[in-house]
Amino acid sequence: MTEIVRMSATQLVEEMAQGNLSSVEITEAHLDRIDSVDGEIHAYLHVDRDGALATAAEADAARNTGADLPPLAGVPVALKDVMAMRGVPTTVGSRILDGWLPPYDATVVTQLRSNLMPILGKTNMDEFAMGSSTEYSAYGPTRNPWDTTRIPGGSGGGSAAALAAFEAPLAIGTDTGGSIRQPAAVTGTVGVKPTYGGVSRYGLVALASSLDQAGPCARTVRDAAMLHRAIAGYDPMDSTSIDAPVPDFVAAVREGDVRGMRIGLVTELSGDGYQAGVQQRFTEAVELLAGLGAEIVEVSCPNFTHALGAYYLILPSEASSNLAKFDGMRYGLRVSDGDEGVEQVMARTRAAGFGDEVKRRIMLGTYALSSGYYDAYYGQAQKVRTLVQRDFDAAFADCHVLISPTCPTTAFPLGEKVDDPLAMYLNDIATIPVNLAGNAALSMPVGLAPEDGLPVGLQIMAPHHQDARLYSVAGVLEGALEDRWGRPLIEEVGA
Amino acid sequence: MTAMVTVDDALTRYEPVIGLEVHVELGTVSKMFCGCPTTFGGEPNTQVCPVCLGLPGSLPVVNRAAIESTIRMGLALNCDIAEWCRFARKNYFYPDMPKDYQISQYDEPLCTDGYLDVTVPLADGGSEVVRVGIERVHMEEDTGKLTHTGGATGRIHGADYSLVDYNRAGIPLVEIVTKPVTGTGGLAPAVARAYVAALRDIMRSLGVSDVRMEEGSLRCDANVSLAPPGQPWGTRTETKNVNSLRSVERAVTFEIRRQAGVLDAGGHIVQETRHFHEDDGTTTPGRSKEEAEDYRYFPEPDLLPVAPDPAWVDELRTTLPELPAARRARLQEQWGISDFDMDSLINAGAVELVEATVAAGADQGAARKWWMGELSRAAKDRGVELAELGVTPADVARIADLVGQGTLNDKLARLVFEGVAAGEGSPDEVVAARGLELVSDDTALLAALDDAIAANEDAVAKIRDGKVQAAGAIIGAVMKATRGQADAARVRELLLERLGE
Ligand SMILES: [Zn+2]
Repeated sequence: MTEIVRMSATQLVEEMAQGNLSSVEITEAHLDRIDSVDGEIHAYLHVDRDGALATAAEADAARNTGADLPPLAGVPVALKDVMAMRGVPTTVGSRILDGWLPPYDATVVTQLRSNLMPILGKTNMDEFAMGSSTEYSAYGPTRNPWDTTRIPGGSGGGSAAALAAFEAPLAIGTDTGGSIRQPAAVTGTVGVKPTYGGVSRYGLVALASSLDQAGPCARTVRDAAMLHRAIAGYDPMDSTSIDAPVPDFVAAVREGDVRGMRIGLVTELSGDGYQAGVQQRFTEAVELLAGLGAEIVEVSCPNFTHALGAYYLILPSEASSNLAKFDGMRYGLRVSDGDEGVEQVMARTRAAGFGDEVKRRIMLGTYALSSGYYDAYYGQAQKVRTLVQRDFDAAFADCHVLISPTCPTTAFPLGEKVDDPLAMYLNDIATIPVNLAGNAALSMPVGLAPEDGLPVGLQIMAPHHQDARLYSVAGVLEGALEDRWGRPLIEEVGA
Repeated sequence: MTAMVTVDDALTRYEPVIGLEVHVELGTVSKMFCGCPTTFGGEPNTQVCPVCLGLPGSLPVVNRAAIESTIRMGLALNCDIAEWCRFARKNYFYPDMPKDYQISQYDEPLCTDGYLDVTVPLADGGSEVVRVGIERVHMEEDTGKLTHTGGATGRIHGADYSLVDYNRAGIPLVEIVTKPVTGTGGLAPAVARAYVAALRDIMRSLGVSDVRMEEGSLRCDANVSLAPPGQPWGTRTETKNVNSLRSVERAVTFEIRRQAGVLDAGGHIVQETRHFHEDDGTTTPGRSKEEAEDYRYFPEPDLLPVAPDPAWVDELRTTLPELPAARRARLQEQWGISDFDMDSLINAGAVELVEATVAAGADQGAARKWWMGELSRAAKDRGVELAELGVTPADVARIADLVGQGTLNDKLARLVFEGVAAGEGSPDEVVAARGLELVSDDTALLAALDDAIAANEDAVAKIRDGKVQAAGAIIGAVMKATRGQADAARVRELLLERLGE
């Protein structure tokens, strides 16, 4: 039998259904794996051993009564530290939330609980989800299990690395500009950014409210579909949540078919700046899709070239406001000698509690929203955002889905871009347009770049509310790739 | 400090322009963006949740009842109701604001461009109707309440420590902003007061707020500027947090006098916010425009735009209750009273009281007589509003009824009012407890009458000579003997019967 931690969620569900494994055994296996490898990987900021085992025992007890269980009951999951979880440290990767124990659960956490899924712990991330390498975490970087001298992507590097290092079979991420998809790409895992509003944001500590979206992370497309279904759905606590039934993503994977489908290659998201091996594996995947019966067409989205600029005005603007509440008055860090006025306490707390990247973006956003600059910056960026949406609308009028490499390069070495914000921002050039438009996208592994042996991700983009299409295409492509490789790519980790 | 001038003097040289921003807490059951209760007076920080505490990750959800109240308010103020509008964030750091931004509305308010006709009392007892333009009516959330301990100023700077109660944070507020009010001259302070009173009455009529001014549920900021007639408007000041009708009038009056003094001396008015002091009616400088904050407004991304269905707005329009101005016109007609009498009632704040007294069974003449006479005097003596006297319209109706039946005379009725106002119970209880009923029992009266006849032989002789007016002396003696509780008419009858025997 395969080692427990190397099983997919789908396999774990099957083993539990057969009575071969209990949730407690599965959860303990993952906790042991965390104990043995996380010292090196640092995927977790906090491990909730007792909480996870309690839920596992509950799942096992429920199973023993013969009750009808949710599909993922008993399968453990890792949670990005951006999600509030009652009584469990929630730092968002920042010193400023040191010691905060939320008195409430995020809706996603409530959903995981009601699905009887043990939550293993909170995963590492760039501070306030600002970054593409997890190096901006105030608690130290996460390392890429494929090559521990390299970054695992960001901001959700902890969740992606936990999957690639077999420290969790499933994980929750959030994606504001690529924070689920880019880590998935550079760790050889699957990550999905649902349509904006598809998964509740309630309890997700906001970076940029109009861009943030929680979604599933997994090692297989089918596992991602199962987790997506478990966490999706309307939430009356989130005004921007979609009030519509959740499609059967798992069926979409099972019944996936690309025959007769028009798949658009976005010309602006390839070519210059894309690593040769990334381009090569991407092209091979496109050929595979064509061979499976898809019609491949080139589409142009001319405004995508302005997306990065618009994004780096909208995100800091919203972030500057969202992060104002961290002022030392009510929770988390407070820096004070007990003698100064309220403004000084706020200023000193924020100076000590926020890292450089967070301060950089707060200042950018404060400037962009300032009286006299608003129209030129924030206002202009919103216009570009509309143009990006129109580009998508036009492309989707012609194509069922669009595809591109998920990011321009494979995982880069730790430290390489940490002092070069612009180079860091360029990592998300292919993922950002989807956040601006609010539609859905998925990243999946399509091979290893020949020059460095590191995973390459392919991004599939679907129109609003058509997340199921992502799974149709990804499921078919994953099957074809595994047939070619003879086994899942993830099994190459550490080989 | 420059010498102060009188208002009348100031107005010989300057024309005031005023503007009012009124914030009122809506009387919704739950807060603007969460389900917490809005009841007043709870233990600090017991009516809070992750949303109104602004905890990381929490999100607002708009209270539909607050939108409905605001639309009804806008309709009552003759505003246009936006078909599409948004909330915005107003960003500034202050510890009474859990998120360090306030969810408000900025350039896309829900209601715009209306007016309110305000009846302003004049010194001669008459009144004048002034149309006050309404710039906008919008929604926002209230902040928490800070209590500063220690320090001399009562403000956050210099306090030893400050406590925050977030029970109030997130309570829905409606902000009503006037257009600049010009051309009212010396009436400006009275217009300001009458406008706020009219707004309060409208909100009560609509049932959108009970406007408990003593609990701070209505807060007014008053803008005032002066300029010589025919000149462009002067620089304005904004006096913050003027929280009673009387204070609104005083604050505007003070600013007119102060600014006139500054301008007379050749000085310039500084554009600034000012604080009003209830104790002496003055204002002092707060933040000046140079230090004013940039609120960095932007559309609130956590909320969807508000797009009220036009059919719903129409339904709200057709179901608006009768508003105070219309009701007053109807009552004046019903009661058949003169403009002057109606103005007197309005100026005394007695219309609703008289109406309720009539509804409780009293004749309108009797109701007006008591409220405008004895009760107005008593309220003035005690420095309270009529409605705060502790005498209800039902009490007045009952006392009027007792007078009508002959159980009380006016003099006794005044004593009953006194007892009711002092909390001694209902009119009937006061009558019983104080023994105030008129004595019309003939046996008791005849005994007193016989004593009086015996003691006033001269008067008796005169009456027998046909000088009936001399009966007064004997009736007076009976009244005195019965401590005023004799029914004078009955005493007279009995006297004439006795002497006619
Ligand atoms: Zn609340």
